[in-house]
Amino acid sequence: MSTKLAIIQFPGSNCDQDILEAFTRHFGVMSTFVWHTENRLPKVDGVIIPGGFSFGDYLRSGALAAHSPIMQEVKSFGRAGGPVLGICNGFQILTESMMLPGALLRNKNRKFICKYLYLQAHGGRSSYHQELAGRTLAMPIAHGEGNYYIDEEGYKTLEGEGQILFKYAASPQDREGGNPNGSKGSIAGIVSSNGRVMGLMPHPERATDQILGGSSDGLLVLKAFLNTTM
Amino acid sequence: MSTSISGDYSSYPLAKTICDQPCSEFSELLRSHKISDTEYVRIRNILNRPPTMAELGIFSAMWSEHCSYKSSRVHLKRLPTKGPQVVVGPGENAGVVRISGKLCVAFKMESHNHPSYIEPYQGAATGVGGILRDVFCMGARPFANLNCLRFGERIHPRTKYLVTNVVKGIGDYGNCIGVPTVGGSVSYHKSYNGNCLVNAMTLGTIHEDQIFKGFARGPGNLVVYVGSATGRDGIHGATMASDRFDSQASKSKTTIQVGDPFKEKLLLEATLEVLDKGLVVGLQDMGAAGLTSSAFEMAGRAENGLLIDLDKVPIRTSAMSAYELLLSESQERMLMVIKPECWEPLKEILDRWLLDAAIIGKVTTTGRVQIYHQGILEADVPVGPITDDAPQYTRPIKARSEEVWSEEEIRQSDRDICAKIAKWGVLESLKNLMEEPGDITSIHLQYDKHIGNRTVKGPESQGAAVLWMKSDLADPQEPWLGVATVALCNERYCLVDPFWGAAHGVTKAARMIAAAGGKGLATTDCLNYGNPENPEVMWEISQGIDGIGLACQELQTPIVSGNVSLYNETDGQSIAPTPMIGMVGKVDDVRLSPSATIVGGGDLYLITPKGLSPRFGGSLVAKAMGVSKCGPIPAISWDGERESMNFLLTMTRLGALQSCRDIGSGGLLVTATKMILSSDPNQEGYQLDLDGAAIQSAQLGQDQKLSQKLSSTPEILCALGERSGSYLVVLHQDKIPLCRDEIQDLKYNHFTKIGVITKSATSALSWSQSDSMPFQVSIKELLPSFQKWSTT
Repeated sequence: MSTKLAIIQFPGSNCDQDILEAFTRHFGVMSTFVWHTENRLPKVDGVIIPGGFSFGDYLRSGALAAHSPIMQEVKSFGRAGGPVLGICNGFQILTESMMLPGALLRNKNRKFICKYLYLQAHGGRSSYHQELAGRTLAMPIAHGEGNYYIDEEGYKTLEGEGQILFKYAASPQDREGGNPNGSKGSIAGIVSSNGRVMGLMPHPERATDQILGGSSDGLLVLKAFLNTTM
Repeated sequence: MSTSISGDYSSYPLAKTICDQPCSEFSELLRSHKISDTEYVRIRNILNRPPTMAELGIFSAMWSEHCSYKSSRVHLKRLPTKGPQVVVGPGENAGVVRISGKLCVAFKMESHNHPSYIEPYQGAATGVGGILRDVFCMGARPFANLNCLRFGERIHPRTKYLVTNVVKGIGDYGNCIGVPTVGGSVSYHKSYNGNCLVNAMTLGTIHEDQIFKGFARGPGNLVVYVGSATGRDGIHGATMASDRFDSQASKSKTTIQVGDPFKEKLLLEATLEVLDKGLVVGLQDMGAAGLTSSAFEMAGRAENGLLIDLDKVPIRTSAMSAYELLLSESQERMLMVIKPECWEPLKEILDRWLLDAAIIGKVTTTGRVQIYHQGILEADVPVGPITDDAPQYTRPIKARSEEVWSEEEIRQSDRDICAKIAKWGVLESLKNLMEEPGDITSIHLQYDKHIGNRTVKGPESQGAAVLWMKSDLADPQEPWLGVATVALCNERYCLVDPFWGAAHGVTKAARMIAAAGGKGLATTDCLNYGNPENPEVMWEISQGIDGIGLACQELQTPIVSGNVSLYNETDGQSIAPTPMIGMVGKVDDVRLSPSATIVGGGDLYLITPKGLSPRFGGSLVAKAMGVSKCGPIPAISWDGERESMNFLLTMTRLGALQSCRDIGSGGLLVTATKMILSSDPNQEGYQLDLDGAAIQSAQLGQDQKLSQKLSSTPEILCALGERSGSYLVVLHQDKIPLCRDEIQDLKYNHFTKIGVITKSATSALSWSQSDSMPFQVSIKELLPSFQKWSTT
């Protein structure tokens, strides 16, 4: 049976079409959109929470979306070992709904930042990512609140348990070093302690074709996620 | 809620009309509504009685310069607007051009200058919101935004505040709604010290057979109000946009609209969904002059009447008068006309998108817009005359005394400028010019450029933006089809010559698209000028329109939409003529689109029209040196332009172009340096030898005696003088044999090798028989430091 994904849509989601297209065009994987008011997830192999400005980032980014009916379902899905991928605003929603530890604060320079940068992939204990470990991937970010924060103890746990999946890496062009937004330990993406729920700020769905920005490294990240749904 | 509008409206009495006996109070009333005495006579004739206050407000808004184009309309008629590629021309919410198959692009540029000067963050944000609505209310899905910004001198105390907040406003709005900001232009000039310009452009995709126009058809159909509730924000924005400033203007924040991009995103999705499902008969966004203009425009197009009950309008503040409800410019609102049976399914969709909606009126056969509020008929205005009898002025024109330059005077001026540059040092001048545009990267960093996954080239590529369309509507033979787009204006040229300066804008736009391997198809303009009641400004406007018209004719890029912003003056000081040009073109195959930066080694070639000399008039170097009188701006050779554009298109199709960039501000040297500096990963340099090029393109060397006196004059002119129709090109080495015939066939252009791209990160410029080296410098040293001024 072929893989089926659910893409959760909130009012203000705006990367939903891009992620759908990336999975369809590059992997032939069908996805269904699931509206935030739904009380049930359809039968799927994985759940994507796409980027955007759910509920206009009112209150805090991700805060209102975290309390929508569908997130109860996504939580049970994740707890039961179902693979969940949150990108950008999706990552913010995952931390707001406590599916992932930590929080995403305003970028250190207090500005929205959109640019290509590099990620250092760590395998950790995630089954997703063993193949990626040690690689440097080029991918764009586009966020105003991507400054990952977690207290010292939490950070040690992430590190010790292999929950850090991506760290921002220095590139020749980046004079400020590898950390664009002030994230603790340059963290760009993490995974839950059960290794099934992943959140990252960069946009793998935008790095799918060489012709668009010169990198198709995002495909590796999407592929890793698909592998986990098998 | 009842799905019909019923009430004993015919029994409601007319509101009190204004007292129009000549008195100071009456004059003050007209003055504050920017209605002239003759315009008032017209109003009385249309109504056969004095107007009510609400009606006065309606006429004031509808007849404002912003809504009625009363000063520019007679001139705008001269613009070329037709072509086989044009699907919808001017007059609609946006113009539409055919790209491939059924795939069309709807696009338009619009100004939001006055609000942005008063409150830059909200002004710029709502400017983006307004142009997005213009595009999606036709049924087009926005896929790219551009913006053209003009600010005062960087040392001016308000400039940094304006830049920071305008950029943040544009970014926050576009980023949230999910439309990438892919290009535009920014510059600084003292004429904008008291009046910055914020022009926003949006492109949307649309099916040729599904273009929606805003008609209020079908008597008995319902008028539905959709979106944000109405508040007091933005009342009389259209009139303000048609007003000149005094230096106190920045304190008048009450007329500023407040934007909510989240609401706009919901409105966008809901609008496209209801259009797709065929639930609406007519639809119009509430932009300038709010409910008033959308009601009159929709009724006017359908030649119907409308009955509107303001008691039904959702409000966010209490006790709003009819006058305020009619003229509020609260953002993110739409007016829809629907068949009564569509109300339930429409409501269901709007509820899902969390949008408020209310039935506020119905379509009638009266031919009048009748507006009721709290049991009173507040306005009763015939629809036809308010547009048909709108004032139209042929304002007096006075040509500015023309600066005539003889060849010898030009040469003398060139020599003077070259001498100054030589004294300063070519390298020092170059460094200075590299810093002149400011730190544009810090601006682009704040815009989401990639969302939608189409951006092949964004603002960081420094040429035209190129988007891969990936559209089912396009011809299936063109899977790699792209759209190229630019938005720009060279106000320095327009200051020297308002006609040719405007023409330059169009040619430059077409050139940038050609340099990206595309072909310009159609144009939008946003004409920013000073006070049209000043005959010299009116002359600039007329000249600008004719310059644009000529260029669009010559290059076959007709005008399909546009906007006029007048009264851009503060304390009697008009801005530089700034006719912004936005262009959309087609790229057959985005994979073949050459880079505007250096992506590999090879020889560097110059394409430049025969017989045209570079000029310092209006040039960046003249501005940097503070020289105002510096000769004419570069002349344009239409044969040359067309030939080189076609040549580049052929080269692109052959896959022969590796890098290509049109030579712009700062001339050949600045353009070459930018190509190197923006290349990734900055490991290349150039070695330029301008001897050959100098002799061919700068005619100064003929006068032996003088040129001996200043031996490097022609070379400096060649390096830093500005040109039309010129490009720097690097070819793929293996494709060069394929190009030989094409190159030899060039009739109107030189194709000259002027240097090589080197693998060492050192740039060198050399010229003259003595082989003296004007400079040799490491790339690092040329990177602008932006120490003088930073936008962040």
